[in-house]
Amino acid sequence: MAFAGINWFKYSSPASFYPVAGKMIPWVASVAVILAVIGLYFSFFVAPTDYQQGEAYRIMFIHVPAAWMSMFIYVVMAGYAAMGLIFNTRLSAMMASSLAPTGALFTFVALWTGALWGKPMWGAWWVWDARLTTELILLFLYIGFMSLEAAIDDPRRASRSSGLLAIVGVVNVPIIYFSVKWWNTLHQGASISFDKAPSMASTMLTAMLLMTFAFWMYTIAMVLYRVRCEILERERHSEWVMALVEERK
Amino acid sequence: MLEAINLAAVRGDRRLFAGVGFSLQGGDLLYVQGANGSGKTTLLRMLCGLVIPEEGKILWSQEDIRSEREAYLQSLVYLGHLCALKDDLTGLENLRITEALAGEEISEPRAMAALQGVGLNGYEDLPVRVLSQGQRRRVALARLALTQAPLWILDEPFTALDKASVGSLKTRLEDHLEDGGMVILTTHQEIEIKAAVIKQVALAEY
Amino acid sequence: MLAVLRCVMMRDLILAVRRLSDVLTTLFFFVIVVSLFPLGVGPEIEVLRMIAPGVVWVAAILASMLALGRLFENDYRDGTLEQLLLSPQPLSLLVLGKVMAHWAVTGVPLVLVAPLLGMQFGMSAQGIGVLLISLILGTPAISLIGAVGAALTLGVRGGGVLVSLLVLPLYIPVLIFGAGAVEASVSGLGAEAHLSLLGAILVLALCFAPWAAAAALRISLD
Repeated sequence: MAFAGINWFKYSSPASFYPVAGKMIPWVASVAVILAVIGLYFSFFVAPTDYQQGEAYRIMFIHVPAAWMSMFIYVVMAGYAAMGLIFNTRLSAMMASSLAPTGALFTFVALWTGALWGKPMWGAWWVWDARLTTELILLFLYIGFMSLEAAIDDPRRASRSSGLLAIVGVVNVPIIYFSVKWWNTLHQGASISFDKAPSMASTMLTAMLLMTFAFWMYTIAMVLYRVRCEILERERHSEWVMALVEERK
Repeated sequence: MLEAINLAAVRGDRRLFAGVGFSLQGGDLLYVQGANGSGKTTLLRMLCGLVIPEEGKILWSQEDIRSEREAYLQSLVYLGHLCALKDDLTGLENLRITEALAGEEISEPRAMAALQGVGLNGYEDLPVRVLSQGQRRRVALARLALTQAPLWILDEPFTALDKASVGSLKTRLEDHLEDGGMVILTTHQEIEIKAAVIKQVALAEY
Repeated sequence: MLAVLRCVMMRDLILAVRRLSDVLTTLFFFVIVVSLFPLGVGPEIEVLRMIAPGVVWVAAILASMLALGRLFENDYRDGTLEQLLLSPQPLSLLVLGKVMAHWAVTGVPLVLVAPLLGMQFGMSAQGIGVLLISLILGTPAISLIGAVGAALTLGVRGGGVLVSLLVLPLYIPVLIFGAGAVEASVSGLGAEAHLSLLGAILVLALCFAPWAAAAALRISLD
């Protein structure tokens, strides 16, 4: 991710990460806004009208990046969870739990826009397409992760339990995807595959990539924001947070 | 043999204790003292390897107990505040299964003798469900007569016991200490156990 | 090591026999859920024959999920689970023993009663045969995967409902290949591919689930 250049070990303690995250948020957020504006401009004005699907296809510029992000975030989340479990670092567990709501949001957006796109294309809000179904299951996995974390009172156990669940989930996602795909090909007729989408013009690709990066930056900004809240809440009895509160007064 | 270095525990966002350290040799008795909620049980469970310390480490024969888990567990008996008995099994079955899982196959006569040793003659074949609280506790304590483990960690072992049983448990602990065993225990009762070295950890101070 | 596996299994089997009503509850739940479907969709035998594999499989999954609460919860409450964690034997082996016993008392009865339900739904003998094989391969996988969820939700508020949220999505491949095997055999495609995949899932679950459940137990008892 974007933090790759930062020496993680130096910033892996919540106390030193908190101010860094605070400084990063406005920058990342503004990049997200700029990219989104350019991306949306490309999506709605520059990219040509599709001769088969008309204007309705433009929802793909939201749908596809959202679907990509939803899966990508799950993998990153599981990675942080694994780090938290193996190295017992508090910050990575917090990162994992901060990623979950954004991931779930993108999953929901992908499902919603998929339905909006499906209605004019397929004449139905929902079809049991392999990808749509997997996406739905992914949403269930996110919900499971967040519910488990919310149900456990002790924050240490909550983050470790949900972390283990994220790892179990990430092992299962490919299995689920392929089984759903196979199930789908055996029940042909009900669905139309996304694979038949028309080949993309280069401006379409540009717009899609711009939107993807915009979503990416949005994710980072949101996660940093959320992880700062998380840090404050979990470390509220520590000296540095007390000092911070004193300073603000 | 057992060494605890700078242990700290956190429950929720409450720091239970910090900087707890001690070392135990064969024949040593350690009292863990503190008010309700001071983290006595947490400390004992931590010493068993059930709770991961927030800070610090626990060494058994100079090895971290988490890296040498199986060797450590072999030399440990922990009796918690729950009796760890299955209601639907008889005292005899409970004892034999618990010991088998702890790695020691016990013959029926030996298990019988252990139960009789804690004064449960005639109760061996009854489901634990029908026993009184004190009798259940005694079934759990019968393990101490069977085990080879040198380190005993006991959470409130005297609760619910009658006077005679308290006396015989006290003798059993003293014999174990005399044989070079180690005992760590918490108790609210005033019971004087004789041992070569008696150490104390008071949790309220942290 | 095998002695310990046998010891855990025997212990749980004896306990189950002494509490036979728990075992029967799961079985009756399974039978009742399956019997509700004809009442819901109507008695046309053609429709019933078509939905039978899916219905039996979904009901089997729900029934074994219902039984998951008993896997660790009782041991957790009376303190014996703590002693299990203090055993010098590998914890994943003990978990495997518990899951095997759990399957023997919840999964096997489901498998045995499934042919009767298949007949109620007008399934062919061949279809019932494949249903049986798919359940034999699939229900242990369900118990294994469920063990991870049961271990994670141990002692958690509303654990019973939560566990379904966690494990049901993970059951989807088993459901697809289990019900798919029966459907494929009935429609003349041959069930071998589905059954081999089901077997592969079982092997994967055997390798990873006990280990993950053991890790979850350590976290839950911390």
